Amino acid sequence: MARKTMIEAIRDAMDVAMGLDERVVVFGEDVGFFGGVFRCTQGLQAKYGKSRCFDAPINESGIVGAAIGMAAYGLKPCVEIQFADYMYPAYDQLTQEAARLRYRSNGDFTCPIVVRMPTGGGIFGGQTHSQSPEALFTHVSGLKTVVPSNPSDAKGLLIAAIEDPDPVIFLEPKRLYNGPFDGHHDKPITPWSKHDLGEVADGHYTVPLGKAVIRRPGNAVTVLAYGTMVYVAQAAAEETGIDAEVIDLRTLLPLDLDTIVESVKKTGRCVVVHEATLTSGFGAELMSLVQENCFYHLEAPVMRVAGWDTPYPHAQEWDYFPGPARVGRALIATMEA
Amino acid sequence: MAEAGKLRFHVPEPEVRPGGTPDFSNVPIPKAGSVPKPPIDVDPREIRDLAFSIIRVLDRAGEAVGPWAGMLSDEELLEGLRHMMTLRAFDARMQMAQRQGKTSFYMQHLGEEAVSCAFRRALDKGDMNFPTYRQAGLLIADDYPMVTMMNQIYSNEADPLKGRQLPIMYSSKEHGFFSISGNLATQYIQAVGWAMASAISGDTRIAAAWIGDGSTAESDFHSALVFASTYKAPVILNIVNNQWAISTFQGIARGGAGTFAARGLGFGIPALRVDGNDYLAVHAVAKWAAERARANLGPTLIEYVTYRAGAHSTSDDPSAYRPKAESEAWPLGDPVVRLKNHLIHRGVWSDERHAQAETEILETVITAQKEAESHGTLHAGGKPSIRDMFEGLYAEMPPHLKRQRQQAGI
Repeated sequence: MARKTMIEAIRDAMDVAMGLDERVVVFGEDVGFFGGVFRCTQGLQAKYGKSRCFDAPINESGIVGAAIGMAAYGLKPCVEIQFADYMYPAYDQLTQEAARLRYRSNGDFTCPIVVRMPTGGGIFGGQTHSQSPEALFTHVSGLKTVVPSNPSDAKGLLIAAIEDPDPVIFLEPKRLYNGPFDGHHDKPITPWSKHDLGEVADGHYTVPLGKAVIRRPGNAVTVLAYGTMVYVAQAAAEETGIDAEVIDLRTLLPLDLDTIVESVKKTGRCVVVHEATLTSGFGAELMSLVQENCFYHLEAPVMRVAGWDTPYPHAQEWDYFPGPARVGRALIATMEA
Repeated sequence: MAEAGKLRFHVPEPEVRPGGTPDFSNVPIPKAGSVPKPPIDVDPREIRDLAFSIIRVLDRAGEAVGPWAGMLSDEELLEGLRHMMTLRAFDARMQMAQRQGKTSFYMQHLGEEAVSCAFRRALDKGDMNFPTYRQAGLLIADDYPMVTMMNQIYSNEADPLKGRQLPIMYSSKEHGFFSISGNLATQYIQAVGWAMASAISGDTRIAAAWIGDGSTAESDFHSALVFASTYKAPVILNIVNNQWAISTFQGIARGGAGTFAARGLGFGIPALRVDGNDYLAVHAVAKWAAERARANLGPTLIEYVTYRAGAHSTSDDPSAYRPKAESEAWPLGDPVVRLKNHLIHRGVWSDERHAQAETEILETVITAQKEAESHGTLHAGGKPSIRDMFEGLYAEMPPHLKRQRQQAGI
């Protein structure tokens, strides 16, 4: 047991998985010798050799396509797309191939791959280093989509994803790589070493896919969040004094509907928060499910706080990023509705 | 120096359109036996000219000549002829079945039978093909049951893919035939990944990638060549150039210069161009590439020069974009007829035996068809269950799908 950053926890997960199963291979742009632009694969090539951890050409479709072929052979590739913003060239391979291989071949071939990609904003990443494309994955039948919010979960979820027999999109909020972030960009950040969830167990353990967790118990309103927004939501609750119950979804698909429904039935109110753009975002799915399953328990319309329906800007970072003030206003609005 | 003026936009056009007289006089066909056979460990730079020629074994008289000849016994060639004739008969029956409404869709191999049938016999059990929708000869030549193919085409109760896939999108791991997908070129890079995995695992098996001339324009073609070249993957990169991508002639994918094989040269991948209607040449070239891959010498790119004699699919009418008699004018002829003539030349076959074989093969196909139809066709008889629609997407059915299955009344 030691305090680790999310980067170290993710690296630890791959280290553990590679150590236990020689079918696990890790590759992507700059992940080999150099250890990744975010250092998530540092030391893995030296430890496991070039045939287990290697650099790939700059070709996202090639990386995912090759991984699918390897999985069809019987390996368990865990590949990296340098930024989620650059997954689009691989979208064909992910949606039409990885997602459907088991189904279309009736189990003759399967695709146990993990595609890791740093996601989210709050880092002055501009248009192509800040995107949150999760809704483009949750809409695809056959994929699983995971977004951890802390080192402890990141390790357990990533090991679970690597061991999962189906393709998993593993979105890593890069804003959380070195410490939790509640949207207060003007305050110094706290490193993971000062945070309880930076406590990462040694060796092998898993956090099951498809299970949400309550980060802040409360009775007034349910906040559905994942990734960086978990901390923003917690900060908003503290700052408004509203007794919000903050649920960290962890896995978007399959979704832990039971935990959501139980909470909303208790609170009668629900606010959905994500960094991704509003229209047709994953929040729309969450709202629909809450409305379908909790209609007679709702005391106010379900509200959403999300990124604006614009490309992610550079200079206007903090007017775009849904920070604690905006989330707080939604909490107040739903309590007053 | 040319005078600068307004720019003009260039769109390639085939030489002849419907109503015109087919003309292949500008397609250079080297003499059979004229292309040398290099050792498998040749430096790719030394055989660059092979990407611009055509390796051929069978000459006009039906004799097998040159350095690529002499690899197959009489028995193997007779078997090859049977495979090609079976595929052709299978195609004809399934084409008719589609017209009779027994299935929604079919795609023939007419004129391209040698490519997949001969190639399969150059691979070993355990090797993996990543085919397109026009390589069913890989299954026929590996004795995959025709009834199972038909069950898939009919989407009936015995369909191994449970009615989830469009007809002809077969899948058989056991027969080294990767699940076919509708989106073009995706399998090309997957084949390279499979081959990389085999090398990573210290295995001895190799992969074969398949693509048509039109789909070489897809980005995954480039991805595959980059990865194959970088990691020296044990893969054979096959391009079946049948001159047509639905209605677009090969010049739309290739432009006016070079060959498809030549695309491999820029990646340092040795590239061969072969007469795709010459069973012996296809087999010899495939064997050469397989040995190279197995000897850890890396990938080989092969362009099979052939002609798509039939319509693109049952939904296509080629008379709208090319002359009706074009396939008859194709200078490399018919693969079945050419192998038949060669076997007659060898003294092991005759017109009578050929006619008899045609009858026997047709009977075998009809028997298989009757058996398949006893399990149902698309709109009649036994069907896969509605439950099968929900199952098999994930290893374990997630809660939301269980709810939806319930809503569907199951």
